[in-house]
Amino acid sequence: MNVKTKNRLFKDKVMLWGICLFAGLTAVPLLAILGEVLLRGYDQLSWSFFTEPTPTAYKAMKAIAAGEPIPGGIANGIIGTLIMLGMAIVVAVPVGILCGAYLAENSKRRFAQVVSYLTDLLQGTPSVIIGIITYIWVVVPMKGYSAIAGSVALCIMMLPLIIRSTEETLKILPASLKEAGLALGANSARVMLKVQLPAAFGGIFTGVLLAISRVIGETAPLMFTALGCSLIRWSIDKPISAVPLLIWEFFNDPNLQDLIWGASLFLLLFVLTLNVLSKYLAKKWNQ
Amino acid sequence: MESVTPILEFKNTCVSYTKQTMAVKYVSAAIERNTITAIMGPSGCGKSTLLRAVNLMHNLYPNIRVGGEILLNGADILSMEPIDVRRRVGMVFQRPAPFPTMSIYDNVLSGFALNGIRLSKAEKDATVEHCLRSVALWDEVKDVLNKKGTFLSGGQQQRLCIARALAMKPDVLLMDEPTSALDPIATKHIEELLLELQKEVTILIVTHNMGQAKRISSKSMFMYLGELVEYGDTETMFTNPTDERTRAYLTGKMG
Ligand SMILES: Nc1ncnc2c1ncn2[C@@H]1O[C@H](COP(=O)(O)OP(=O)(O)OP(=O)(O)O)[C@@H](O)[C@H]1O
Ligand SMILES: [Mg+2]
Repeated sequence: MNVKTKNRLFKDKVMLWGICLFAGLTAVPLLAILGEVLLRGYDQLSWSFFTEPTPTAYKAMKAIAAGEPIPGGIANGIIGTLIMLGMAIVVAVPVGILCGAYLAENSKRRFAQVVSYLTDLLQGTPSVIIGIITYIWVVVPMKGYSAIAGSVALCIMMLPLIIRSTEETLKILPASLKEAGLALGANSARVMLKVQLPAAFGGIFTGVLLAISRVIGETAPLMFTALGCSLIRWSIDKPISAVPLLIWEFFNDPNLQDLIWGASLFLLLFVLTLNVLSKYLAKKWNQ
Repeated sequence: MESVTPILEFKNTCVSYTKQTMAVKYVSAAIERNTITAIMGPSGCGKSTLLRAVNLMHNLYPNIRVGGEILLNGADILSMEPIDVRRRVGMVFQRPAPFPTMSIYDNVLSGFALNGIRLSKAEKDATVEHCLRSVALWDEVKDVLNKKGTFLSGGQQQRLCIARALAMKPDVLLMDEPTSALDPIATKHIEELLLELQKEVTILIVTHNMGQAKRISSKSMFMYLGELVEYGDTETMFTNPTDERTRAYLTGKMG
Protein backbone atom coordinates (compact mmCIF):
# COMPACT_ATOMS: atom_id res chain seq x y z
CA MET A 1 0.00 0.00 0.00
CA ASN A 2 1.51 3.31 -1.01
CA VAL A 3 1.50 6.45 1.07
CA LYS A 4 -1.27 8.12 -0.94
CA THR A 5 -3.72 5.30 -0.40
CA LYS A 6 -2.88 5.17 3.30
CA ASN A 7 -3.46 8.87 3.51
CA ARG A 8 -6.86 8.55 1.88
CA LEU A 9 -7.90 5.68 4.09
CA PHE A 10 -6.88 7.69 7.12
CA LYS A 11 -8.97 10.67 5.96
CA ASP A 12 -11.86 8.32 5.40
CA LYS A 13 -11.62 7.07 8.98
CA VAL A 14 -11.42 10.57 10.39
CA MET A 15 -14.53 11.54 8.42
CA LEU A 16 -16.40 8.50 9.67
CA TRP A 17 -15.53 9.16 13.30
CA GLY A 18 -16.47 12.80 12.87
CA ILE A 19 -19.84 11.90 11.46
CA CYS A 20 -20.49 9.39 14.23
CA LEU A 21 -19.54 11.96 16.85
CA PHE A 22 -21.93 14.58 15.53
CA ALA A 23 -24.73 12.08 15.03
CA GLY A 24 -24.23 11.06 18.67
CA LEU A 25 -24.28 14.67 19.78
CA THR A 26 -27.64 15.32 18.15
CA ALA A 27 -29.12 12.34 19.98
CA VAL A 28 -28.00 13.74 23.35
CA PRO A 29 -30.77 16.35 23.79
CA LEU A 30 -33.50 13.86 22.97
CA LEU A 31 -32.12 11.27 25.38
CA ALA A 32 -31.59 13.92 28.05
CA ILE A 33 -35.20 15.11 27.75
CA LEU A 34 -36.54 11.59 27.84
CA GLY A 35 -34.39 10.71 30.83
CA GLU A 36 -35.29 13.80 32.79
CA VAL A 37 -39.03 13.46 32.21
CA LEU A 38 -38.93 9.74 32.90
CA LEU A 39 -36.98 10.11 36.16
CA ARG A 40 -39.16 12.86 37.52
CA GLY A 41 -42.47 11.58 36.23
CA TYR A 42 -42.60 7.82 36.51
CA ASP A 43 -43.53 7.64 40.20
CA GLN A 44 -46.53 9.93 39.63
CA LEU A 45 -48.09 7.53 37.18
CA SER A 46 -50.75 5.46 38.89
CA TRP A 47 -54.25 4.29 38.14
CA SER A 48 -55.85 7.33 39.77
CA PHE A 49 -53.60 9.64 37.77
CA PHE A 50 -55.49 8.58 34.65
CA THR A 51 -58.97 8.28 36.16
CA GLU A 52 -59.32 11.31 38.45
CA PRO A 53 -59.54 15.00 37.62
CA THR A 54 -57.16 17.69 38.78
CA PRO A 55 -57.33 18.30 42.55
CA THR A 56 -58.20 21.71 43.90
CA ALA A 57 -55.31 23.77 45.22
CA TYR A 58 -56.70 23.37 48.73
CA LYS A 59 -56.76 19.59 48.59
CA ALA A 60 -53.28 19.54 47.16
CA MET A 61 -52.06 21.86 49.88
CA LYS A 62 -53.53 19.63 52.56
CA ALA A 63 -51.90 16.56 51.07
CA ILE A 64 -48.54 18.29 50.88
CA ALA A 65 -48.84 19.45 54.47
CA ALA A 66 -49.63 15.89 55.56
CA GLY A 67 -46.63 14.65 53.58
CA GLU A 68 -48.82 12.53 51.27
CA PRO A 69 -48.68 12.43 47.46
CA ILE A 70 -51.09 14.85 45.77
CA PRO A 71 -54.44 13.17 45.08
CA GLY A 72 -56.16 13.27 41.71
CA GLY A 73 -54.77 13.21 38.18
CA ILE A 74 -55.20 14.45 34.66
CA ALA A 75 -58.34 12.60 33.52
CA ASN A 76 -60.07 15.89 32.69
CA GLY A 77 -57.17 16.82 30.41
CA ILE A 78 -56.99 13.42 28.71
CA ILE A 79 -60.71 13.41 28.02
CA GLY A 80 -60.65 17.00 26.77
CA THR A 81 -57.71 16.27 24.49
CA LEU A 82 -59.41 13.18 23.09
CA ILE A 83 -62.72 14.97 22.49
CA MET A 84 -61.14 17.92 20.73
CA LEU A 85 -58.74 15.71 18.74
CA GLY A 86 -61.63 13.47 17.74
CA MET A 87 -63.73 16.34 16.44
CA ALA A 88 -60.74 17.86 14.64
CA ILE A 89 -59.90 14.52 13.00
CA VAL A 90 -63.47 13.91 11.85
CA VAL A 91 -63.40 17.16 9.91
CA ALA A 92 -59.73 17.51 8.94
CA VAL A 93 -59.19 14.01 7.54
CA PRO A 94 -61.91 13.94 4.87
CA VAL A 95 -61.50 17.60 3.96
CA GLY A 96 -57.72 17.30 3.85
CA ILE A 97 -57.80 14.16 1.72
CA LEU A 98 -60.28 15.66 -0.75
CA CYS A 99 -58.25 18.82 -1.01
CA GLY A 100 -54.99 16.88 -1.43
CA ALA A 101 -56.58 14.73 -4.14
CA TYR A 102 -57.75 17.85 -5.96
CA LEU A 103 -54.28 19.39 -5.78
CA ALA A 104 -52.60 16.21 -7.01
CA GLU A 105 -54.95 15.87 -9.97
CA ASN A 106 -54.99 19.50 -11.06
CA SER A 107 -51.44 20.62 -10.37
CA LYS A 108 -51.35 22.57 -13.64
CA ARG A 109 -54.37 24.72 -12.84
CA ARG A 110 -53.84 28.22 -11.54
CA PHE A 111 -56.41 27.83 -8.75
CA ALA A 112 -54.78 24.63 -7.51
CA GLN A 113 -51.38 26.29 -7.49
CA VAL A 114 -52.75 29.14 -5.40
CA VAL A 115 -54.39 26.72 -2.96
CA SER A 116 -51.17 24.74 -2.75
CA TYR A 117 -49.25 27.90 -1.92
CA LEU A 118 -51.79 28.88 0.74
CA THR A 119 -51.43 25.43 2.28
CA ASP A 120 -47.72 26.07 2.68
CA LEU A 121 -48.44 29.41 4.32
CA LEU A 122 -50.96 27.85 6.68
CA GLN A 123 -48.44 25.20 7.64
CA GLY A 124 -45.99 27.92 8.59
CA THR A 125 -48.46 30.04 10.54
CA PRO A 126 -47.51 30.26 14.23
CA SER A 127 -49.99 28.35 16.36
CA VAL A 128 -50.60 31.30 18.64
CA ILE A 129 -51.96 33.24 15.66
CA ILE A 130 -54.26 30.38 14.76
CA GLY A 131 -55.45 30.51 18.37
CA ILE A 132 -56.26 34.20 18.32
CA ILE A 133 -57.99 33.93 14.93
CA THR A 134 -60.14 31.07 16.18
CA TYR A 135 -60.95 33.17 19.21
CA ILE A 136 -62.30 35.92 16.95
CA TRP A 137 -64.09 33.52 14.61
CA VAL A 138 -65.54 31.02 17.05
CA VAL A 139 -65.26 32.01 20.70
CA VAL A 140 -66.62 35.54 20.23
CA PRO A 141 -69.69 34.59 18.15
CA MET A 142 -70.45 31.62 20.45
CA LYS A 143 -70.07 33.90 23.47
CA GLY A 144 -67.79 31.53 25.34
CA TYR A 145 -64.83 29.19 25.34
CA SER A 146 -65.63 25.66 24.28
CA ALA A 147 -64.33 22.32 23.10
CA ILE A 148 -65.74 23.22 19.68
CA ALA A 149 -63.51 26.26 19.44
CA GLY A 150 -60.51 24.23 20.56
CA SER A 151 -61.17 21.59 17.94
CA VAL A 152 -61.51 24.23 15.21
CA ALA A 153 -58.03 25.52 16.06
CA LEU A 154 -56.57 22.00 16.05
CA CYS A 155 -58.38 21.21 12.80
CA ILE A 156 -56.89 24.26 11.06
CA MET A 157 -53.45 23.17 12.19
CA MET A 158 -53.91 19.59 11.01
CA LEU A 159 -55.28 20.44 7.57
CA PRO A 160 -52.09 21.50 5.78
CA LEU A 161 -50.22 18.40 6.97
CA ILE A 162 -52.95 16.06 5.76
CA ILE A 163 -53.35 17.93 2.47
CA ARG A 164 -49.61 17.81 1.78
CA SER A 165 -49.14 14.15 2.63
CA THR A 166 -52.15 13.18 0.49
CA GLU A 167 -50.95 15.27 -2.43
CA GLU A 168 -47.36 14.03 -2.25
CA THR A 169 -48.34 10.38 -1.92
CA LEU A 170 -50.78 10.55 -4.83
CA LYS A 171 -48.21 12.28 -7.01
CA ILE A 172 -45.61 9.56 -6.61
CA LEU A 173 -48.02 6.78 -7.61
CA PRO A 174 -47.20 5.58 -11.14
CA ALA A 175 -49.38 7.18 -13.82
CA SER A 176 -50.00 3.67 -15.16
CA LEU A 177 -52.20 2.93 -12.17
CA LYS A 178 -54.61 5.73 -12.96
CA GLU A 179 -54.50 4.95 -16.68
CA ALA A 180 -55.26 1.30 -16.02
CA GLY A 181 -58.33 2.34 -14.04
CA LEU A 182 -59.52 4.80 -16.65
CA ALA A 183 -58.88 2.27 -19.43
CA LEU A 184 -61.63 0.15 -17.90
CA GLY A 185 -64.11 2.92 -18.60
CA ALA A 186 -64.36 4.40 -15.12
CA ASN A 187 -64.70 8.10 -14.48
CA SER A 188 -61.83 9.78 -12.72
CA ALA A 189 -63.64 10.24 -9.40
CA ARG A 190 -64.18 6.48 -9.11
CA VAL A 191 -60.59 5.75 -10.08
CA MET A 192 -59.45 8.17 -7.40
CA LEU A 193 -61.70 6.58 -4.79
CA LYS A 194 -61.15 2.92 -5.61
CA VAL A 195 -57.65 2.79 -7.05
CA GLN A 196 -55.51 5.82 -6.27
CA LEU A 197 -56.55 6.61 -2.70
CA PRO A 198 -56.36 2.98 -1.54
CA ALA A 199 -52.90 2.69 -3.11
CA ALA A 200 -51.87 5.88 -1.30
CA PHE A 201 -53.36 4.79 2.01
CA GLY A 202 -50.03 4.18 3.74
CA GLY A 203 -48.70 7.63 3.04
CA ILE A 204 -51.95 9.35 3.92
CA PHE A 205 -52.29 7.43 7.18
CA THR A 206 -48.75 8.35 8.13
CA GLY A 207 -49.57 11.97 7.40
CA VAL A 208 -52.63 11.84 9.63
CA LEU A 209 -50.63 10.33 12.50
CA LEU A 210 -47.99 13.02 12.13
CA ALA A 211 -50.66 15.71 12.08
CA ILE A 212 -52.14 14.30 15.30
CA SER A 213 -48.77 14.14 16.99
CA ARG A 214 -48.10 17.70 15.95
CA VAL A 215 -51.27 19.22 17.40
CA ILE A 216 -51.65 17.05 20.47
CA GLY A 217 -49.02 19.05 22.36
CA GLU A 218 -50.25 22.47 21.22
CA THR A 219 -50.91 24.75 24.17
CA ALA A 220 -51.14 28.28 22.81
CA PRO A 221 -54.16 27.87 20.51
CA LEU A 222 -56.09 26.08 23.25
CA MET A 223 -55.52 28.91 25.72
CA PHE A 224 -57.59 31.17 23.47
CA THR A 225 -60.26 28.61 22.70
CA ALA A 226 -60.74 25.76 25.16
CA LEU A 227 -59.51 27.72 28.19
CA GLY A 228 -59.36 24.76 30.57
CA CYS A 229 -61.53 23.26 33.28
CA SER A 230 -60.76 21.28 36.40
CA LEU A 231 -63.76 18.97 36.06
CA ILE A 232 -64.20 15.96 33.83
CA ARG A 233 -66.49 17.25 31.08
CA TRP A 234 -68.16 15.57 28.15
CA SER A 235 -70.07 18.52 26.71
CA ILE A 236 -68.60 20.27 23.69
CA ASP A 237 -70.04 23.74 24.16
CA LYS A 238 -68.31 24.50 27.48
CA PRO A 239 -64.71 25.23 28.40
CA ILE A 240 -62.70 22.05 28.53
CA SER A 241 -59.25 20.97 29.60
CA ALA A 242 -56.39 19.38 27.66
CA VAL A 243 -53.16 17.72 28.74
CA PRO A 244 -50.82 20.50 27.52
CA LEU A 245 -53.08 23.11 29.15
CA LEU A 246 -52.82 21.22 32.42
CA ILE A 247 -49.05 21.21 32.27
CA TRP A 248 -49.14 25.00 31.95
CA GLU A 249 -51.63 25.27 34.85
CA PHE A 250 -49.56 23.00 37.08
CA PHE A 251 -46.55 25.11 36.37
CA ASN A 252 -48.38 28.22 37.49
CA ASP A 253 -49.76 26.76 40.72
CA PRO A 254 -47.06 26.07 43.35
CA ASN A 255 -49.30 23.50 45.03
CA LEU A 256 -49.72 21.40 41.91
CA GLN A 257 -46.17 21.41 40.61
CA ASP A 258 -45.68 17.77 41.49
CA LEU A 259 -48.11 16.81 38.75
CA ILE A 260 -46.16 18.46 35.93
CA TRP A 261 -43.88 15.55 35.28
CA GLY A 262 -46.48 12.85 35.17
CA ALA A 263 -48.50 14.85 32.65
CA SER A 264 -45.39 15.62 30.60
CA LEU A 265 -44.36 12.00 30.57
CA PHE A 266 -47.80 10.95 29.39
CA LEU A 267 -47.78 13.51 26.57
CA LEU A 268 -44.24 12.70 25.51
CA LEU A 269 -44.86 8.96 25.40
CA PHE A 270 -48.06 9.49 23.43
CA VAL A 271 -46.32 11.59 20.78
CA LEU A 272 -43.30 9.28 20.57
CA THR A 273 -45.59 6.27 20.15
CA LEU A 274 -47.46 7.99 17.32
CA ASN A 275 -44.19 8.87 15.62
CA VAL A 276 -42.76 5.40 15.89
CA LEU A 277 -46.04 3.92 14.72
CA SER A 278 -46.17 6.19 11.68
CA LYS A 279 -42.57 5.35 10.74
CA TYR A 280 -43.28 1.66 11.10
CA LEU A 281 -46.45 1.85 9.02
CA ALA A 282 -44.76 3.92 6.32
CA LYS A 283 -42.06 1.27 6.03
CA LYS A 284 -44.60 -1.52 5.92
CA TRP A 285 -46.63 0.08 3.15
CA ASN A 286 -43.63 0.97 1.07
CA GLN A 287 -42.62 -2.65 0.66
CA MET B 1 -68.64 -9.67 -47.23
CA GLU B 2 -67.07 -6.63 -48.88
CA SER B 3 -69.72 -4.22 -47.67
CA VAL B 4 -69.37 -5.05 -43.96
CA THR B 5 -68.19 -2.03 -41.96
CA PRO B 6 -64.81 -2.69 -40.41
CA ILE B 7 -64.88 -2.78 -36.63
CA LEU B 8 -62.21 -0.14 -36.41
CA GLU B 9 -61.08 2.31 -39.02
CA PHE B 10 -58.43 5.00 -38.94
CA LYS B 11 -59.05 7.88 -41.33
CA ASN B 12 -56.21 10.37 -41.60
CA THR B 13 -55.57 10.00 -37.88
CA CYS B 14 -52.95 12.41 -36.56
CA VAL B 15 -51.57 12.85 -33.06
CA SER B 16 -49.26 15.63 -31.92
CA TYR B 17 -47.64 16.13 -28.54
CA THR B 18 -46.30 19.55 -29.42
CA LYS B 19 -47.38 22.23 -31.89
CA GLN B 20 -44.37 21.74 -34.16
CA THR B 21 -44.25 17.97 -34.59
CA MET B 22 -46.64 15.12 -35.24
CA ALA B 23 -46.01 11.75 -33.63
CA VAL B 24 -48.60 10.04 -35.83
CA LYS B 25 -49.16 11.36 -39.34
CA TYR B 26 -52.29 10.77 -41.42
CA VAL B 27 -52.71 7.09 -40.69
CA SER B 28 -55.54 5.40 -42.59
CA ALA B 29 -56.35 1.72 -42.16
CA ALA B 30 -59.38 -0.51 -41.68
CA ILE B 31 -59.17 -3.27 -39.10
CA GLU B 32 -61.22 -6.41 -39.69
CA ARG B 33 -63.39 -7.95 -37.04
CA ASN B 34 -61.94 -10.88 -35.06
CA THR B 35 -58.41 -10.57 -36.34
CA ILE B 36 -55.12 -9.94 -34.68
CA THR B 37 -53.32 -6.98 -36.19
CA ALA B 38 -49.68 -6.43 -35.30
CA ILE B 39 -48.20 -2.94 -35.26
CA MET B 40 -44.46 -2.91 -35.86
CA GLY B 41 -41.80 -0.31 -36.40
CA PRO B 42 -38.65 1.09 -34.87
CA SER B 43 -38.69 2.66 -31.44
CA GLY B 44 -40.28 6.09 -31.33
CA CYS B 45 -42.22 5.69 -34.58
CA GLY B 46 -45.57 6.32 -32.92
CA LYS B 47 -46.99 2.84 -32.26
CA SER B 48 -47.99 3.47 -28.67
CA THR B 49 -49.26 6.88 -29.60
CA LEU B 50 -51.54 5.45 -32.27
CA LEU B 51 -52.80 2.72 -29.93
CA ARG B 52 -53.54 5.12 -27.12
CA ALA B 53 -55.55 7.29 -29.49
CA VAL B 54 -58.05 4.45 -29.88
CA ASN B 55 -59.18 4.42 -26.25
CA LEU B 56 -58.87 8.20 -25.93
CA MET B 57 -56.00 8.02 -23.41
CA HIS B 58 -54.70 11.21 -24.97
CA ASN B 59 -57.71 13.07 -23.62
CA LEU B 60 -56.11 12.94 -20.18
CA TYR B 61 -53.39 15.30 -21.28
CA PRO B 62 -54.71 18.62 -22.57
CA ASN B 63 -51.62 19.40 -24.64
CA ILE B 64 -52.00 16.38 -26.89
CA ARG B 65 -54.05 16.86 -30.06
CA VAL B 66 -55.71 14.10 -32.01
CA GLY B 67 -56.95 14.84 -35.54
CA GLY B 68 -58.74 12.99 -38.32
CA GLU B 69 -61.23 10.25 -37.52
CA ILE B 70 -61.20 6.91 -35.74
CA LEU B 71 -64.35 4.94 -36.45
CA LEU B 72 -65.60 2.21 -34.14
CA ASN B 73 -68.36 0.31 -35.94
CA GLY B 74 -68.73 3.32 -38.19
CA ALA B 75 -69.05 5.97 -35.47
CA ASP B 76 -66.27 8.46 -34.79
CA ILE B 77 -64.94 7.87 -31.30
CA LEU B 78 -63.19 11.21 -31.19
CA SER B 79 -66.57 12.83 -30.65
CA MET B 80 -67.77 10.25 -28.12
CA GLU B 81 -67.53 10.25 -24.34
CA PRO B 82 -64.24 8.65 -23.23
CA ILE B 83 -65.95 6.47 -20.64
CA ASP B 84 -68.26 4.98 -23.30
CA VAL B 85 -65.38 4.32 -25.68
CA ARG B 86 -63.14 2.80 -23.03
CA ARG B 87 -65.81 0.37 -21.96
CA ARG B 88 -65.85 -1.06 -25.47
CA VAL B 89 -62.11 -0.80 -26.11
CA GLY B 90 -59.98 -2.57 -23.51
CA MET B 91 -56.29 -2.00 -23.04
CA VAL B 92 -53.39 -4.05 -21.71
CA PHE B 93 -50.24 -2.15 -20.89
CA GLN B 94 -46.59 -3.01 -21.40
CA ARG B 95 -45.89 -3.41 -17.69
CA PRO B 96 -48.41 -5.60 -15.91
CA ALA B 97 -50.39 -3.26 -13.66
CA PRO B 98 -52.82 -5.17 -11.44
CA PHE B 99 -54.40 -2.89 -8.86
CA PRO B 100 -52.06 -3.32 -5.88
CA THR B 101 -54.69 -2.99 -3.16
CA MET B 102 -57.12 -5.49 -4.67
CA SER B 103 -57.19 -9.26 -4.44
CA ILE B 104 -56.95 -11.39 -7.57
CA TYR B 105 -60.71 -11.88 -7.40
CA ASP B 106 -61.39 -8.15 -7.11
CA ASN B 107 -58.90 -7.34 -9.83
CA VAL B 108 -60.85 -9.40 -12.33
CA LEU B 109 -64.05 -7.64 -11.27
CA SER B 110 -62.48 -4.20 -10.98
CA GLY B 111 -64.05 -3.01 -14.23
CA PHE B 112 -67.50 -3.57 -12.75
CA ALA B 113 -66.63 -2.02 -9.41
CA LEU B 114 -65.07 1.00 -11.09
CA ASN B 115 -68.14 1.51 -13.25
CA GLY B 116 -70.55 1.11 -10.36
CA ILE B 117 -72.10 -2.05 -11.84
CA ARG B 118 -73.43 -4.35 -9.14
CA LEU B 119 -73.30 -8.11 -9.60
CA SER B 120 -74.72 -10.89 -7.47
CA LYS B 121 -72.28 -13.20 -5.72
CA ALA B 122 -73.08 -15.96 -8.20
CA GLU B 123 -72.51 -13.68 -11.18
CA LYS B 124 -69.22 -12.53 -9.68
CA ASP B 125 -67.99 -16.07 -9.09
CA ALA B 126 -68.98 -17.09 -12.59
CA THR B 127 -67.32 -14.07 -14.21
CA VAL B 128 -64.10 -14.55 -12.26
CA GLU B 129 -63.89 -18.24 -13.12
CA HIS B 130 -64.76 -17.71 -16.78
CA CYS B 131 -62.29 -14.86 -17.28
CA LEU B 132 -59.46 -16.56 -15.42
CA ARG B 133 -60.08 -19.76 -17.38
CA SER B 134 -59.97 -17.92 -20.67
CA VAL B 135 -56.53 -16.55 -19.81
CA ALA B 136 -55.45 -19.98 -18.54
CA LEU B 137 -54.82 -18.70 -15.04
CA TRP B 138 -57.67 -20.38 -13.20
CA ASP B 139 -55.88 -23.59 -12.24
CA GLU B 140 -52.90 -21.66 -10.91
CA VAL B 141 -54.79 -19.20 -8.74
CA LYS B 142 -58.12 -20.79 -7.88
CA ASP B 143 -57.00 -21.45 -4.29
CA VAL B 144 -55.49 -18.01 -3.69
CA LEU B 145 -58.17 -15.76 -5.14
CA ASN B 146 -58.12 -13.60 -2.02
CA LYS B 147 -54.43 -12.90 -2.22
CA LYS B 148 -53.19 -9.64 -3.67
CA GLY B 149 -52.64 -9.64 -7.44
CA THR B 150 -49.14 -8.30 -6.94
CA PHE B 151 -48.02 -11.62 -5.41
CA LEU B 152 -48.21 -13.28 -8.82
CA SER B 153 -45.32 -13.62 -11.23
CA GLY B 154 -44.95 -11.10 -14.05
CA GLY B 155 -46.53 -13.38 -16.62
CA GLN B 156 -49.38 -14.28 -14.30
CA GLN B 157 -49.95 -10.61 -13.53
CA GLN B 158 -50.14 -9.83 -17.22
CA ARG B 159 -52.67 -12.60 -17.74
CA LEU B 160 -54.63 -11.22 -14.81
CA CYS B 161 -54.65 -7.83 -16.52
CA ILE B 162 -55.91 -9.44 -19.72
CA ALA B 163 -58.63 -11.17 -17.72
CA ARG B 164 -59.54 -7.85 -16.15
CA ALA B 165 -59.90 -6.27 -19.58
CA LEU B 166 -61.85 -9.24 -20.97
CA ALA B 167 -64.33 -9.19 -18.10
CA MET B 168 -65.83 -6.02 -19.54
CA LYS B 169 -66.45 -7.86 -22.84
CA PRO B 170 -64.76 -5.27 -25.06
CA ASP B 171 -65.15 -5.24 -28.85
CA VAL B 172 -61.52 -4.31 -29.33
CA LEU B 173 -58.49 -5.12 -27.19
CA LEU B 174 -55.43 -2.89 -27.45
CA MET B 175 -52.13 -4.38 -26.32
CA ASP B 176 -48.93 -2.39 -26.07
CA GLU B 177 -45.99 -4.80 -26.07
CA PRO B 178 -47.81 -7.04 -23.58
CA THR B 179 -45.05 -9.64 -23.49
CA SER B 180 -41.94 -7.47 -23.53
CA ALA B 181 -41.51 -7.83 -19.76
CA LEU B 182 -42.04 -11.60 -19.80
CA ASP B 183 -39.92 -14.68 -20.31
CA PRO B 184 -40.35 -16.94 -23.37
CA ILE B 185 -42.62 -19.42 -21.61
CA ALA B 186 -45.00 -16.79 -20.29
CA THR B 187 -44.89 -15.17 -23.72
CA LYS B 188 -45.86 -18.44 -25.37
CA HIS B 189 -48.79 -18.80 -22.97
CA ILE B 190 -50.05 -15.37 -23.85
CA GLU B 191 -49.64 -15.89 -27.58
CA GLU B 192 -51.69 -19.08 -27.43
CA LEU B 193 -54.23 -17.21 -25.42
CA LEU B 194 -54.52 -14.42 -27.98
CA LEU B 195 -55.03 -16.87 -30.82
CA GLU B 196 -57.88 -18.35 -28.80
CA LEU B 197 -59.31 -14.96 -27.89
CA GLN B 198 -59.59 -13.58 -31.40
CA LYS B 199 -62.84 -15.52 -31.74
CA GLU B 200 -64.40 -13.09 -29.31
CA VAL B 201 -62.48 -9.87 -29.66
CA THR B 202 -60.52 -7.91 -32.24
CA ILE B 203 -56.94 -7.44 -31.13
CA LEU B 204 -54.52 -4.68 -31.99
CA ILE B 205 -51.06 -5.50 -30.68
CA VAL B 206 -47.84 -3.50 -30.71
CA THR B 207 -44.81 -5.75 -30.81
CA HIS B 208 -41.08 -5.49 -31.32
CA ASN B 209 -40.86 -9.20 -31.73
CA MET B 210 -41.14 -10.11 -35.40
CA GLY B 211 -41.44 -13.79 -34.61
CA GLN B 212 -44.42 -12.99 -32.45
CA ALA B 213 -46.06 -10.94 -35.19
CA LYS B 214 -45.52 -13.80 -37.62
CA ARG B 215 -46.91 -16.39 -35.20
CA ILE B 216 -50.10 -14.68 -34.15
CA SER B 217 -51.18 -11.90 -36.47
CA SER B 218 -53.08 -12.15 -39.72
CA LYS B 219 -52.55 -8.49 -40.61
CA SER B 220 -49.58 -6.27 -39.93
CA MET B 221 -48.86 -2.58 -39.95
CA PHE B 222 -45.41 -1.17 -40.37
CA MET B 223 -44.90 2.37 -39.11
CA TYR B 224 -41.95 4.63 -39.64
CA LEU B 225 -41.50 8.17 -38.27
CA GLY B 226 -45.19 8.47 -37.53
CA GLU B 227 -46.38 7.29 -40.92
CA LEU B 228 -48.11 4.06 -41.75
CA VAL B 229 -45.74 2.75 -44.40
CA GLU B 230 -47.34 -0.56 -45.11
CA TYR B 231 -50.45 -2.42 -44.06
CA GLY B 232 -51.52 -5.82 -45.27
CA ASP B 233 -51.47 -9.58 -44.73
CA THR B 234 -48.70 -10.60 -42.38
CA GLU B 235 -47.69 -13.40 -44.77
CA THR B 236 -47.17 -11.02 -47.65
CA MET B 237 -45.41 -8.44 -45.56
CA PHE B 238 -42.83 -10.88 -44.32
CA THR B 239 -42.25 -12.63 -47.62
CA ASN B 240 -42.67 -9.81 -50.08
CA PRO B 241 -42.92 -6.32 -48.59
CA THR B 242 -43.78 -3.57 -51.05
CA ASP B 243 -41.87 -0.79 -49.32
CA GLU B 244 -38.11 -0.66 -49.13
CA ARG B 245 -38.24 0.62 -45.49
CA THR B 246 -40.32 -2.35 -44.42
CA ARG B 247 -37.89 -4.72 -46.02
CA ALA B 248 -34.96 -3.01 -44.31
CA TYR B 249 -36.65 -3.21 -40.91
CA LEU B 250 -37.75 -6.81 -41.27
CA THR B 251 -34.32 -7.93 -42.35
CA GLY B 252 -32.72 -6.14 -39.43
CA LYS B 253 -31.04 -3.40 -41.44
CA MET B 254 -32.94 -0.72 -39.58
CA GLY B 255 -34.41 -0.20 -36.16
N1 LIG C 1 -45.69 12.34 -23.57
C1 LIG C 1 -45.00 12.71 -24.66
N2 LIG C 1 -44.70 14.00 -24.86
C2 LIG C 1 -44.01 14.40 -25.95
N3 LIG C 1 -43.61 13.57 -26.91
C3 LIG C 1 -43.88 12.27 -26.79
C4 LIG C 1 -44.60 11.76 -25.65
N4 LIG C 1 -44.74 10.44 -25.78
C5 LIG C 1 -44.14 10.13 -26.94
N5 LIG C 1 -43.63 11.22 -27.56
C6 LIG C 1 -42.94 11.24 -28.85
O1 LIG C 1 -43.79 10.70 -29.82
C7 LIG C 1 -43.09 9.83 -30.69
C8 LIG C 1 -43.76 8.48 -30.72
O2 LIG C 1 -43.67 7.88 -29.43
P1 LIG C 1 -44.32 6.47 -29.13
O3 LIG C 1 -44.24 6.27 -27.67
O4 LIG C 1 -45.64 6.39 -29.75
O5 LIG C 1 -43.31 5.50 -29.86
P2 LIG C 1 -43.35 3.91 -29.96
O6 LIG C 1 -43.44 3.58 -31.38
O7 LIG C 1 -44.37 3.37 -29.06
O8 LIG C 1 -41.90 3.57 -29.44
P3 LIG C 1 -41.44 2.32 -28.52
O9 LIG C 1 -41.31 1.19 -29.46
O10 LIG C 1 -40.11 2.75 -28.02
O11 LIG C 1 -42.45 2.14 -27.46
C9 LIG C 1 -41.65 9.78 -30.18
O12 LIG C 1 -40.88 10.58 -31.03
C10 LIG C 1 -41.70 10.37 -28.82
O13 LIG C 1 -40.56 11.15 -28.59
MG1 LIG D 1 -44.36 2.27 -27.17
